[in-house]
Amino acid sequence: MSDETDIEELRRGTELVKRGFAKMQKGGVIMDVVNREQARIAEDVGAVAVMHLESVPADIRKRGGVARMADPAALKEVTDEVSIPVMGKCRIGHTKEAQILEAAGADMVDESEVLTPADDRYHIEKQDFTAPFVCGARNLQEALRRIDEGAAMIRTKGEAGTGDVNQAVHHQRNIKSAIRKLEGMSHEEREKWAREHEAPADLVHETADMGRLPVVNFAAGGIATPADAALMMYHGCDGIFVGSGIFGAENPEAMGTAIVEAVNNWDDPETLVDIASNAGEGMSGDANVDLPEDEKMQGRGV
Amino acid sequence: MTLQAGVVAVQGDVSEHAAAIERAASAHGQDSKIVEIREAGLVPQCDVLLVPGGESTTISRLLQREGIAEEIVAHVEAGKPMLATCAGLIVSATDAQDDRVETLNLLDVTVERNAFGRQKDSFETALDIDGLDEPFPAVFIRAPVIDEAFEDVEVLAEFDGNPVAVRQGPVVGTSFHPELTPDSRLHDLAFFETTE
Repeated sequence: MSDETDIEELRRGTELVKRGFAKMQKGGVIMDVVNREQARIAEDVGAVAVMHLESVPADIRKRGGVARMADPAALKEVTDEVSIPVMGKCRIGHTKEAQILEAAGADMVDESEVLTPADDRYHIEKQDFTAPFVCGARNLQEALRRIDEGAAMIRTKGEAGTGDVNQAVHHQRNIKSAIRKLEGMSHEEREKWAREHEAPADLVHETADMGRLPVVNFAAGGIATPADAALMMYHGCDGIFVGSGIFGAENPEAMGTAIVEAVNNWDDPETLVDIASNAGEGMSGDANVDLPEDEKMQGRGV
Repeated sequence: MTLQAGVVAVQGDVSEHAAAIERAASAHGQDSKIVEIREAGLVPQCDVLLVPGGESTTISRLLQREGIAEEIVAHVEAGKPMLATCAGLIVSATDAQDDRVETLNLLDVTVERNAFGRQKDSFETALDIDGLDEPFPAVFIRAPVIDEAFEDVEVLAEFDGNPVAVRQGPVVGTSFHPELTPDSRLHDLAFFETTE
């Protein structure tokens, strides 16, 4: 590009540009990667983006201790390696980690409960950023609070690293069911719902009028197989994050390819037979019901 | 007669394009039916076709794997209108300068992927487009530009010296996203003004 462009006429980091980026991910699979080699594989099997982090959730769970943003130099290695968008995770409320990720070139920042929260009361003021954000939510009120703070994408907060899809399903059903209830309510009933659920009233009305979240809504947490991915699409998600499920599998290439194809063919069981038959062995999992309450990540940041 | 409008739906912002086509069609008093294309066999029944924005590497792979790619080529060879935006433009070009994308050679252009940089460099701006009276609200998201447009290609708009909207026969291609605002003049230009 030459220097002639009048940059005054270009508007960057607007809500339209940030939400627009998230819309381009729809129908796609975003894969967790910890290094450039994994990112290369993810791009080759058809991921729409990669999420770079220091270690996958299953390993974070095993290791314990404080989980932080990854080394930004490692993120840059990944952005040099692939042509698809590269996202990075920061701790809930950690404005500085988010600024560092943005400056390092992250195309989207995940303010994530998978890392140890840095602020036990506030999330990041996300409108202030040029980079778009994705945030987790267990229900509609959490989702609308995050959108009010500036999130351009919402994902479920299924229990990361477990390989059990049950909580992602639970959260997506919560969101859809609350939207259906709001659609049947009068104006004053929606206002009351907003007050009782500590949700911004303007977004409650907008969601009820649209019959869906006003931003893109992905599934995340515990998705380990092509069938899990198809299930989340069946529940109305716009796309899928897969964490430990790809590189925790026996054959990451086969599993990655299969999950990408399953998202495209989620409503065709005959094709899913072929896809699932070629996926190889999935990650080993821990059932959510067996998980002690204090080991759950989803309650972080409400 | 109801217009059968195919929207390639293997990945990308399908519902936004579907809504824009419906707005443009109803402005012409035309009934339209959106056909979401995720598998082979549907393109031949479509009067017009749209290849949306998304990730060109992903869309390219799935078009080849599902056997949709050759049907898109046949649609254009039959002279039926097609609009291709952003990733759709990359997939439709003759050369994407990147072996991760298998192009369909429907627009005689060379494109450069992610030409403006990363997402933080994405932007919106008002763009003058040939055939439209008022500037168009153009949203560029990790957008490509056209490095070179060969002789049969008509340039409809330029940004900073590079073509960003082109037409060749029945195909219109844009490096920005006309589906992200309520303004459906570009869908109108691609699908209705050419067919009347």
